Amino acid sequence: MANKIPRVPVREQDPKVRATNFEEVCYGYNAEEAQLEASRCLNCKNPRCVGACPVSVKIPQFISEIAAGNFAKAAEVLAEDSSLPAICGRVCPQESQCEGSCILGIKSEPVAIGKLERFAADWSRENGGTKPVVAPANGHKVAVIGSGPAGLACAYDLAKLGYDVTIFEALHRPGGVLEYGIPEFRLPKDKIVAAEINDVKALGVKIETNVIVGRTVTIDSLLDNEGFSAVFVGSGAGLPRFMNIPGEHLNGVFSANEFLTRNNLMKAYRDDYDTPIHAGKKVVVVGGGNVAMDAARTALRLGAETTIVYRRTEKELPARVEEVHHAKEEGIQFAMLTNPVEVLGDENGWVRGVRCIRMELGEPDESGRRSPVEIPGSEFDIETDTVIMSLGTSPNPLIARTTAGLETNRRGCIVADESGATSRPGVFAGGDAVTGAATVILAMGAGRKAAEAIHKYILG
Amino acid sequence: MYKIVSKDMLTPTICRMKVEAPRLASAAQPGQFLIIRADEQGERIPLTISDYDRSAGTVTIVTQKIGASTSEICSYEEGDAFADVVGPLGIPSDFTEMSAEELASRKYVFIAGGVGTAPVYPQVKWLHERGVAVDVIIGAKTKDLIIYKEEMEAVCDNLYICTDDGSEGFKGLVTAMLEKLVNEDGKKYDQAVAIGPMIMMKFATLTCKKLELPVIVSLNTLMVDGTGMCGACRVTVGGKVRFACVEGPEFDGYLVDFDEAMRRQRMYSTEEREAIEHHTCRIGRGK
Repeated sequence: MANKIPRVPVREQDPKVRATNFEEVCYGYNAEEAQLEASRCLNCKNPRCVGACPVSVKIPQFISEIAAGNFAKAAEVLAEDSSLPAICGRVCPQESQCEGSCILGIKSEPVAIGKLERFAADWSRENGGTKPVVAPANGHKVAVIGSGPAGLACAYDLAKLGYDVTIFEALHRPGGVLEYGIPEFRLPKDKIVAAEINDVKALGVKIETNVIVGRTVTIDSLLDNEGFSAVFVGSGAGLPRFMNIPGEHLNGVFSANEFLTRNNLMKAYRDDYDTPIHAGKKVVVVGGGNVAMDAARTALRLGAETTIVYRRTEKELPARVEEVHHAKEEGIQFAMLTNPVEVLGDENGWVRGVRCIRMELGEPDESGRRSPVEIPGSEFDIETDTVIMSLGTSPNPLIARTTAGLETNRRGCIVADESGATSRPGVFAGGDAVTGAATVILAMGAGRKAAEAIHKYILG
Repeated sequence: MYKIVSKDMLTPTICRMKVEAPRLASAAQPGQFLIIRADEQGERIPLTISDYDRSAGTVTIVTQKIGASTSEICSYEEGDAFADVVGPLGIPSDFTEMSAEELASRKYVFIAGGVGTAPVYPQVKWLHERGVAVDVIIGAKTKDLIIYKEEMEAVCDNLYICTDDGSEGFKGLVTAMLEKLVNEDGKKYDQAVAIGPMIMMKFATLTCKKLELPVIVSLNTLMVDGTGMCGACRVTVGGKVRFACVEGPEFDGYLVDFDEAMRRQRMYSTEEREAIEHHTCRIGRGK
């Protein structure tokens, strides 16, 4: 019976209105909508959704609590496995994880697990929150490098186990990519990110900002001089990639990291902040991931006519379906099967256009994806005054270079096993620093596993 | 918060501050820099480290009022505190990695321009403490704009002052002074280090090339995070893209594309002008 109810649509800000502001796009479910949607869950005996969740949230349990109206209990179930449920409910790629494996999805639409997670987490925060059970202090100190999703998840689990945890953050605000990368309109900073970080701090986790591990301190000094028994490296994938095409260093060409950091961490969109940003009148964003969507939608909100240029087709876009859908609704143009070959400059060294070449899909490569091939002689120019390169990132080499015995692979990622153990005893790693750029939830999963491994390493 | 323990004005537009930052002070090396954010709404401003005192846990910064943010930094007084000070950033100067034997045989000349004199000081001091021969040329528009004269005199072998108007020392550019020292006075140097405005480093490099003298320059590019994340600081060095924040700030002057670097430095000049106007307004509102 339950699955006869269609998936409950979620209310969103009107696309025309939201294209001019930085307020959150999605309003989320109210209690009534959430209970109705929750009632669609079949409560499978063998829930495939849980297996598809990198942190193994007990999905059918929290959903049945929502269905029964026990919202606080639903949040408690979430808190057993996830330190950042309001964040995950907003930014996880549910369609390829929990919702992608929901049995209802075979014949109709999967349960809106992400929106329900968000509802339970938001409700709980607005109604006093949950406080997870914390074991008595065990006297051992653990250092966590980076306060992004991997570090926060690791710190949360370790604190629950009774460890004295200090997170070292290089920037002036904690949160990592949640703070500098993902825009306000997708993930509100004060209301959601700061609140969930405060929940982690409420367990006794200390966060020291403005500490760059590898420069201000080293892993060796933390282990040898500051009494830490183990270190978790969750430093993320920091260094932006460029295309190495002519004109890439003209004024008006930015990495997505720079553009987003100026706007998100440094609040360039707000009048009361000093940060300058250059959005121009016409913006071309190169790339097709979530970061490209974020950069394009940010440029649009700053008043620019914005086009996304991607060398494959829409089907291959690595971004979440929801983000692509939202971007289109807001009026972002998509130029698919198109690849820049040169950035064109004016006499003052500023961008005036991008020379592109049309592509077609060729034979599948080792990864199974059909690789794009240039169509000879198909070059054409797009007029633009700003180009944002969103081509992914590579790990920051700072920690590997300053830590003896820490092995990295040829892409510069720290080598770690399933549990997060690196080649250096007592040093664990996870998230983008190990895998290269991936998702918030995969980083959190790695942080959790490492917390378990650190617990074993210290207390046997 | 990072407390300012002392402040003095070196010129009407250049201030020197000692700031409490114990972790930074204990790790700082010559050639490195830091990033400062005056308050919650401020920009992240990269500044060179002019000195550090490990036992007192302080670092010294020298700031020239140029834009809204540097003016704001200079408006802070002793006892005030900055919201954020982070560092040390960048790779320490090459010579900090050299052995005593290697250093003993070398003779350095530093070419300092304007506020760039401040970051030259810890380098010269470091070398002097290790018995290395160091000459320093300081250039400024006029006598009143010379900074760090006494400090420098105490740690170098020979100090040469140049002013554009001849109000002190040699009348002319630092490059002319360097040529004179090498060509007329028969000075022999193994390494030059030029720190100052980009245009001065460009011409110092051209002169060094002519004199066949290797030269290191310290690039003060645009930056946001300072940890390699944003790529705003990218410069072309020897035809390759390098990030000044994590691979610099010091590079072989011969290989730097100065014209591109100067153009990129002006990227936000329009926005900065607006910020200065905006900034004045904010103060007017009694911020």
